[in-house]
Amino acid sequence: MNGSSVLRKHSLKNVLSIFESRFFSSTSEATFETKPFKLHKLENGPSTTVTLSSEDAIKYYKQMQTIRRIETAAGNLYKEKIVRGFCHLYSGQEACAVGMKAMFRDTDSIITAYRAHGWTYLMGVDPFSVLSELTGRKSGNARGKGGSMHMYAKNFYGGNGIVGAQVPLGAGIALAAKYLGTGGVCFTLYGDGAANQGQVFEAYNMSKLWDIPCVYVCENNGYGMGTSSERASASVAYYTRGDYIPGIWVDGMDILAVREAARFAIDYCSSGKGPLVMETATYRYSGHSMSDPGTSYRTRDEIQEVRQTRDPITSFKEKIIGANLVNIDELKQIDKEIKAQIDDAVKRAKADTEIPLSELSGDIYAKPLETKVRGVSPFESLEHIRIGQAVNLN
Amino acid sequence: MAFTISFHKPSALTNTVKILKRSLNTTRVLANKQMTVRDALNSAMDDEMERDERVFILGEEVAMYDGAYKVSRGLYKKYGEKRVIDTPITEIGFAGIAVGAAMAGLRPICEFMTFNFSLQAIDHVINSAAKTFYMSAGLVNVPIVFRGPNGAAAGVAAQHSQCFGAWYSQCPGLKVISPYNSEDARGLLKAAIRDPDPVVFLENELLYGNQYPITDEVLDKDFVLPIGKAKIERKGDHITFVAHSKGVELALDAAKELSSVGIEAEVINLRSLRPLDINTIIQSVVRTNHIISIEQGWPYAGIGSEISAQIMESEAFYHLDAPVIRVTGADVPMPYTKSLEIAALPQINNIVDAAKKLLGV
Ligand SMILES: Cc1ncc(C[n+]2csc(CCOP(=O)(O)OP(=O)(O)O)c2C)c(N)n1
Ligand SMILES: [Mg+2]
Repeated sequence: MNGSSVLRKHSLKNVLSIFESRFFSSTSEATFETKPFKLHKLENGPSTTVTLSSEDAIKYYKQMQTIRRIETAAGNLYKEKIVRGFCHLYSGQEACAVGMKAMFRDTDSIITAYRAHGWTYLMGVDPFSVLSELTGRKSGNARGKGGSMHMYAKNFYGGNGIVGAQVPLGAGIALAAKYLGTGGVCFTLYGDGAANQGQVFEAYNMSKLWDIPCVYVCENNGYGMGTSSERASASVAYYTRGDYIPGIWVDGMDILAVREAARFAIDYCSSGKGPLVMETATYRYSGHSMSDPGTSYRTRDEIQEVRQTRDPITSFKEKIIGANLVNIDELKQIDKEIKAQIDDAVKRAKADTEIPLSELSGDIYAKPLETKVRGVSPFESLEHIRIGQAVNLN
Repeated sequence: MAFTISFHKPSALTNTVKILKRSLNTTRVLANKQMTVRDALNSAMDDEMERDERVFILGEEVAMYDGAYKVSRGLYKKYGEKRVIDTPITEIGFAGIAVGAAMAGLRPICEFMTFNFSLQAIDHVINSAAKTFYMSAGLVNVPIVFRGPNGAAAGVAAQHSQCFGAWYSQCPGLKVISPYNSEDARGLLKAAIRDPDPVVFLENELLYGNQYPITDEVLDKDFVLPIGKAKIERKGDHITFVAHSKGVELALDAAKELSSVGIEAEVINLRSLRPLDINTIIQSVVRTNHIISIEQGWPYAGIGSEISAQIMESEAFYHLDAPVIRVTGADVPMPYTKSLEIAALPQINNIVDAAKKLLGV
């Protein structure tokens, strides 16, 4: 068992309130101790002492629970054959995203791979719009044209289906931040499998040479499809694989640890020191994509063990209830609300319609130089139309 | 079904002996002469690995997971980790390693989980594999097969739905194969593995599970099909349909529909995109005077464009009663939206309509 934080009882009031926590949540702030970080080429790392307000506790709980619910709904929609193609779920990894997002400033950006539903929601997209993208309907975040792997929002550059490709893109987004002087950093997320792609190391090198404010985040969930990290990586100490880039290992099942690491990373990168690597140790409960049962290369016991001992939501829940930041009834109420919200979103995402056929030839170019687009034969001519906002038009 | 093109037709006697042996040794049931494309590919690799120690497979998930699409099922168990190698997700790296191994005497089968990911490795396919023989003035040939599913699958959106037929066919030094059914898959993959040049072998995920009739001859260990020869899948006098991979299925379905209104289309299954069997196409056009090319890839500089240009440059041009028409994927990235995805790909009715227009009916 790892990842459990130790509650530090501040005051008598705190101790007393624990006894009353079933009924009241009277503490507004608590302090926890996270599991130690592992550091690479860093003298000092993130703080292992973490303070959490009851307001934030509720917020993070809500966010993690919402992601879990969205993913459960996505999985069900896939089983109903309403979601087609690929459908990669983030269940088990919620603390990584919520912990990082907790520290984002308006200027910070993120790019990730295809396991993007949760991030899309965190970056401001309504769960209904996430689910409608999955069902391929017009209220989808990308009007149903992108599907599971391709969702976008302000400061969120996707949703990339090509393993590793998002890594240099993230470095480029960070380069733009530096160039434009926004003060922002880019969180560039990739998996333990993607960590081996050559372009990751090319991006590392250039970002170090040029002091680009990029936080490389390797979400190590133990597997790249059916291959365990040990079988794919000569070194599984992903936080050290930037070599000349300092790195931090974080318990990715503890949202508070992730949040502290993100705080540290943002400070570090925006102070002009260049890039940083962060490895979040996490786990994916589902198969790689919905078509993978996920049980041929790992045991059911392994999955069960993680669920029971390291689940990011359950462990956080116990922690915040124990610290009397919230009480059980409050959380039950939240669960109920989220369930109702997602159930409703699912209903609407199923009922929504697809975009019209005219959009087949929509937004191929921001500034189309030809109005006609060839359809499937010379007798099927299409018209180029412009719909999206085109953020870089001028 | 029309005639079959094949090599090495074994004599009746050896054939019988082989059949007897096979029925004793393998689980393949001869009475049931159907085979999926997946099994055809799998058996082709199995045969060639058994035949030649130098043949080995590498790629993502090919060994312990039996292949992302189960095409290499059982081969790791049978041949072990020396010859069936799981790689990390590092296409440019393992494609380069495969090409290097081929330069130094091995016969790699380099699987791309899908050809979309071959873009990560395209430098080694083009610059290392395709050009080395020429650059070395005929000294270092590169016997390698790059294979995997190509083209549009279902509901996987723009980055995972692209046909690379035209891309790879454009490069001299490569041989490019795009099989349709199980016989194609088996005969051509075996030929590709034996070939001394780099071969790009474009499969189609949506055809993997399809069963096609197969003869004893095709099941023979020495059965190979010639690379660069098309097959006439259906005879017809009124119009020629030329297609590859999934496009052949569409062409056959369209031909069937047209037949009910008295139009007999000849369907040419290209099998190989480079070399292109232009002679078979010309001979057909000379008879039918009409031609439609069918492919799922983009129209711009596509396989149909090449066929059209080669017809223009040949005597077949003088036999045309109407322009060459290309039925292709629409000129757009693939949308996830279901109704748009259908509209982005050629359908039977597009071919039927085009044929009727061409023939003025
Ligand atoms: C370049 C490329 N190669 C292969 C694939 C197929 N593929 C999709 S996800 C994946 C596994 C990636 O594993 P990891 O990076 O650990 O991320 P996780 O799925 O665990 O989040 C593979 C091999 C791809 N999409 N792109
Ligand atoms: Mg992984």
